[in-house]
Amino acid sequence: MAKDTFAVPELTPYTEIPKIQPGVMAHSAPFKAKEEFQTPLGYPGELVEDWQQKAIAKMGELLGKYRSLRVYLDACVKCGACTDKCHYFLGTSDPKNMPVGRQDLMRKVYRRYFTLAGKLFPKLVGAVDLTEEVLNDWYSYYHQCSQCRRCSVFCPYGIDTAEISMAAREIMDSIGVGQKYCNEIIGKVYKVGNNLGLPGPALRDTLQGLEEDVYDATGVRVRYPIDEEGAEILLVTPSADFFAEPHIDGLIGYGKVFHEAGVSWTLSSYASEAANFGMFIGSYENMRRIALRIREAALQLKVKRIIFGECGHAWRVAYSFLNTLAGPWDFLDPRYPVPQHICEFTYDLIQQGKLTFDKSENDDKVITFHDSCNVARASRMGNVPGGQFEIPRAIIRATCNHFYDMDEDTIRDRTFCCGGGGGLLTDDLMELRVKGAKPRMDALNNVMQEKGVTHMAAICAICKTQFSKVLPYYGMEMDQVLSLHQLVSNAIVLTRRTADDDEAQDGLDDED
Amino acid sequence: MALLTNFYAFLFYFAAFVLVAGLTRKIIQYAVTPAPLKIPTTPAPTTRWGVVLRMVREVVLFESLFRGNKWTWIFGWTFHFGLFLVTLRHLRYFIEPVPFPIQLIQPFGIYGGIAMVIGLAGLWSRRFLVDRLRYISAPSDHLMLALLLGIGCTGLLMKFAFHVDVVEIKTFFQGLYRYDIQPLPADPLLLLHLLLVALLMIIFPFSKLLHAPGLFFSPTRNQVDNPREQRHLAPWAKRLEH
Repeated sequence: MAKDTFAVPELTPYTEIPKIQPGVMAHSAPFKAKEEFQTPLGYPGELVEDWQQKAIAKMGELLGKYRSLRVYLDACVKCGACTDKCHYFLGTSDPKNMPVGRQDLMRKVYRRYFTLAGKLFPKLVGAVDLTEEVLNDWYSYYHQCSQCRRCSVFCPYGIDTAEISMAAREIMDSIGVGQKYCNEIIGKVYKVGNNLGLPGPALRDTLQGLEEDVYDATGVRVRYPIDEEGAEILLVTPSADFFAEPHIDGLIGYGKVFHEAGVSWTLSSYASEAANFGMFIGSYENMRRIALRIREAALQLKVKRIIFGECGHAWRVAYSFLNTLAGPWDFLDPRYPVPQHICEFTYDLIQQGKLTFDKSENDDKVITFHDSCNVARASRMGNVPGGQFEIPRAIIRATCNHFYDMDEDTIRDRTFCCGGGGGLLTDDLMELRVKGAKPRMDALNNVMQEKGVTHMAAICAICKTQFSKVLPYYGMEMDQVLSLHQLVSNAIVLTRRTADDDEAQDGLDDED
Repeated sequence: MALLTNFYAFLFYFAAFVLVAGLTRKIIQYAVTPAPLKIPTTPAPTTRWGVVLRMVREVVLFESLFRGNKWTWIFGWTFHFGLFLVTLRHLRYFIEPVPFPIQLIQPFGIYGGIAMVIGLAGLWSRRFLVDRLRYISAPSDHLMLALLLGIGCTGLLMKFAFHVDVVEIKTFFQGLYRYDIQPLPADPLLLLHLLLVALLMIIFPFSKLLHAPGLFFSPTRNQVDNPREQRHLAPWAKRLEH
């Protein structure tokens, strides 16, 4: 790989608001999707001829379909409350990475073509024609938004830049200017069933290997089943959980929890992906098509419940949209919400006293917790508002002796994005990813200095991958990021259930 | 003289029409545009009542802005609350007889006027002093503040420096209700004040002042967080299912 050509920001005790440096990130744009990645999603393969007209028409269509877009393009008063909230602005100083700066890229075009003031007095209200230059800015800066929604928390009108970024990407896709990383991945889901393109046999192999590993390590037969018809629970998890570090340790943990719960469960090779990149590109149709695969798998396997593994945006799509996109779910057991998060499942068992932990297994670590943005600001767990903050922390406290939160301004609904969400987790955006991680790295570094924190647990596949990659840029170790269920996995005391387990135990005893 | 009165009478009929028709059109547009997905910013209320409370906190206290930026909150809230008091005070020109609460509020309306001007001055200075705000400000953002500040200052001047005949002003506005045009005092300060107010009414439905109705239609703030309990389906999304 080519050597990085950018300077890594220096960590500071508090993330300071930089002076604006217009245009410093204009060069940062992801690879464009070629025809082979565009067509399976229903988009033109390259920039269409009358792209300007088509883009404006598409914008008009979206304005009629999404109240959020219409209201948000009108309502901004430029108060500036959002200007210092985006981790990409804080890390890069580019004012087009201020949420309002990013929104304005579309707002000025909206004003020109859809408002009286913009048609009559464009200069006065800052309206511009949709030129190639503007389109290039769109492509650069709408792919510098991780759709983390931090700005929407502080906006007096709740203006959500994610909604505008999504619309912009949908407009660009519709005129043939797609982003390679997202669109290639969605194609893989349609073709193979998951983002990574892992076919069924590879999954079965992996899971068999896991069973053996866990048996070797614990002497207990914990099962990791796939495509088992009639299982009670369908587990849908990000495909990174099948092979990446530290994701896979989370998957091992889920299996142990199910084992202790004594429930039957299964994965599906057809719906072997929790992530839904249809959301990142703002495409309702693609998001729906991906979500429907889960419905089909649930029907096929005749399960009673659906549980999602650790993945931020997947949980947003699951919690907030799954019922809309692929419901109604009346064929499932009505006693449980559809879907549930693995943390909700584990937490319920802890509440019922059904899990035994040996916390000292995690004594080699001092833990902090990273609230993933899509969980923190766009979904919930449990039955009270804010459950998504409390439940993971409760699980950590149940499994570890040493836990400290990062600075209050950087956690819960004010959490900072890892820097790689929203379809930006691609090597061609490495500069952006490293710089965008700075606010989170500052907070992590502080709690490492002040509290001796050694590890950060996360509940999002993208966060885990992103941190593994960028931690070393900041002089930290890639394995300082953990799956939350890895902590569970370490501390859980397993119950022996089969004769096989006992044999293994005897074997172990003999060795003693 | 009659020409001036007639001009202002026409101006206020026109401004009132534009304001009402323009706002109605926008509100209908917001209301009929579907919100196909549940996108409340969490932690969000799980009941309708919870949402009402959240909106009340946003409208009355500017809760999110308070978390967002303290300076903008102080100036923004001072301005809006001042404007609210001023508006209440001004109702005496438009209602006969003047209700008791409006009589009570009169002195506070003066403080409101002062607060409004201070708030606006603070907000405007931030547009020059903070580099991020300077970057995002268009000429219209400055003009809007100038307009409001002009309204506030002319109003205060009439109160404290150059008095005008408020009885005649009231007669003028009462007359407008009955299409019976009454003479308007030809006081330059008053005429300027009224001109700016009419301008504000006219640009309201075409400007960022739409943030007022917009807030009530913001899905991140007005949605109930219950997507697992209730299926939420927009009409256009429903058509995809067949």
